[in-house]
Amino acid sequence: MAYGPEKGIGRWLFSTNHKDIGTMYLWFSFAMFLLGGFFAMVIRAELFEPGMQIVNPEFFNQMTTMHGLVMVFGAIMPSFVGLANWLIPMQIGAPDMALPRLNNLSFWILPFGFTLLASTLFMEGGAPNFGWTFYAPLSTTYAPSTVNFFIFGVHIIGASSIMGSINIIATVLNLRAPGMTLMKMPLFVWTWLITAFLLVAVMPVLAGTVTMMLMDINFGTSFFDAAGGGDPVLFQHVFWFFGHPEVYIIILPAFGVVSAVIPTFSRKPLFGYSSMVYATSAIAFLSFIVWAHHMFTVGMPLAGELYFMYATMLIAVPTGVKVFNWITTMFRGSLTFETPMLYAIAFIILFTIGGFTGLMMAMAPVDIQYHDTYFIVSHFHYVMVAGAVFAMTSGIYYWLPKWTGKMYNEAMGKAQFWVSFIGFNIAFFPQHFLGLAGMPRRYADYSLQFAEWNMVSSIGAFMYGAAQLFFLYNVISTIIAGKPAPQEKTWEGAEGLEWTLSSPPPYHSFTTPPQVK
Amino acid sequence: MSAKPVARTTLKLTVIAVAMFVFAIFVLPPLYDVFCEITGIGGKTAGQYQPGQQVVDTERVVKVQFIATNNASMPWQFSPIEYEVRVHPGASTAVEFYAKNPTSRDMVAQAIPNVSPTNAAEFFHKTECFCFNRQPLKAGEEANLGLVFIIDPDLPAGVNTVTLSYTLFDVTERAAEELAQLGLRTGFY
Repeated sequence: MAYGPEKGIGRWLFSTNHKDIGTMYLWFSFAMFLLGGFFAMVIRAELFEPGMQIVNPEFFNQMTTMHGLVMVFGAIMPSFVGLANWLIPMQIGAPDMALPRLNNLSFWILPFGFTLLASTLFMEGGAPNFGWTFYAPLSTTYAPSTVNFFIFGVHIIGASSIMGSINIIATVLNLRAPGMTLMKMPLFVWTWLITAFLLVAVMPVLAGTVTMMLMDINFGTSFFDAAGGGDPVLFQHVFWFFGHPEVYIIILPAFGVVSAVIPTFSRKPLFGYSSMVYATSAIAFLSFIVWAHHMFTVGMPLAGELYFMYATMLIAVPTGVKVFNWITTMFRGSLTFETPMLYAIAFIILFTIGGFTGLMMAMAPVDIQYHDTYFIVSHFHYVMVAGAVFAMTSGIYYWLPKWTGKMYNEAMGKAQFWVSFIGFNIAFFPQHFLGLAGMPRRYADYSLQFAEWNMVSSIGAFMYGAAQLFFLYNVISTIIAGKPAPQEKTWEGAEGLEWTLSSPPPYHSFTTPPQVK
Repeated sequence: MSAKPVARTTLKLTVIAVAMFVFAIFVLPPLYDVFCEITGIGGKTAGQYQPGQQVVDTERVVKVQFIATNNASMPWQFSPIEYEVRVHPGASTAVEFYAKNPTSRDMVAQAIPNVSPTNAAEFFHKTECFCFNRQPLKAGEEANLGLVFIIDPDLPAGVNTVTLSYTLFDVTERAAEELAQLGLRTGFY
């Protein structure tokens, strides 16, 4: 067979190449990011002023639901799978992923899953309107007729994630270059290995949850229906048994990216490598035993509330280890502040803020006040957007010169960062105040006393949204018209096997495995 | 390339994924029920109680409140006649609930009890209860439904108020199906 990619559309449709599939994952997730972002703009435009202006409340509910679903399952998760596809073989010295055909399948079913989900917007009955957490019986007894499309969409997306994870684990465990022991792997590979195990364990639980919904709706079972002997609270237990590990599935690869970027621009090796590995494992383990902290208001017994409260607070310990390690890595380093580093530092600061508000909500007695207010909205945007998305953006700026062989425009990158950073904080910091003042989430309207901060928040959200179009421009202009990246190493402090390859790397990297000392 | 270890890893992970799916559907829900039953945290009360020699604790007064709720689309009028009684632990007390079927069709209902706080559930004994049986009411018919209960003297000291809630479910179709299965004419009793 000829060396190099096929010609035409066949290169993408039938691709088994990790770089091509990684590229498709990244572009697909960016398209979903813009779609979910558009939904967010509709939400913030409606909330710009009190009263009903742009959409009706039913459509507003569809927007909040679809925004959450598209961002979590369509933007953040596939983007990190794309990053894993691109980087893991290059970082462990493998020629490709272990299961290239499965890789093709796991990507190409994704567009079908999201077409099913998004097509409900144009159907009678409308898109899912029960929130991204789809609590029963709101999502069963009272669901719109399109709920089955949502269920099958989630099945497909879940199957894609499981296949992608199996592939990543099989690659990391079997295809490492000689001498690359587990404790020599880059931290991004480590965090993804653990993430993949989390995915294999909990995505089937999500599939089970929606399957039980499907049977309740269509086949007369009563898993979540009290009239038939079921229990709606069971839904919340099963959902959050998936849902809590899910938030670490989203953030752990982000930790991996930041652990690559910070040492590069500090020109020092990562401080406390092995403690980072153990901290990641500890977080993954704890994520399975804290799920009911999302449910403090369902009427748990006191012992349950106390257990979930303390277990949740325990997560702050390994997370704190990570934050201290990043800061110590920077301490007395020879720091420079290129765009990836700016994003990584912003990640540390803003993720820590999000972590602190998380600790506040871990306290059962006060959580009853915070529950389902804008305080939680602000909290999870600080960890999802300023956490996962900022780390992702950092990673793109960091590795884009390696992938394309072209250098992005540093001034434009920095400008994009500052618009993003300022816009994000204007959008979400005021939501802390709104939540503490008692503004509930998921409503299309609000009382007059919340008007000022909502307007501020909307302005920030529009600014952050514009920053993403700016980002798109930066990426495209780099690919089309970027100056050639330095051939040897783009970043002088960068370490790792991927930097030993040319920029752009050959279509099949490491056909002979490198020796790792 | 090492095809065999890859296949082995893949097989193991696939088994884990399938096992977790089975766990979510077939293990978690029954486990949840068993867990609630053992710990009593669901607030579920036991079946009919056989009163023994009860010592009435006249020193202590416990407030018992009643709540009546209709599930989902249940159209009956359903309410306690007395919303609150004060009883001595160990003493047998009778109360009644009012129910009316305002529809033009004959219906069957089932009431499901729940006690709050949940640690009082096992000390709330019902010697007679309309919730032990299905309650049929013809179109437009009304009835007073009886409940006789005893609060156990061992009720934890911190509990001074017990709330008993009934949720009324429409089981007309299910009752009709069961009658049909017995070979009887479908319809009302």
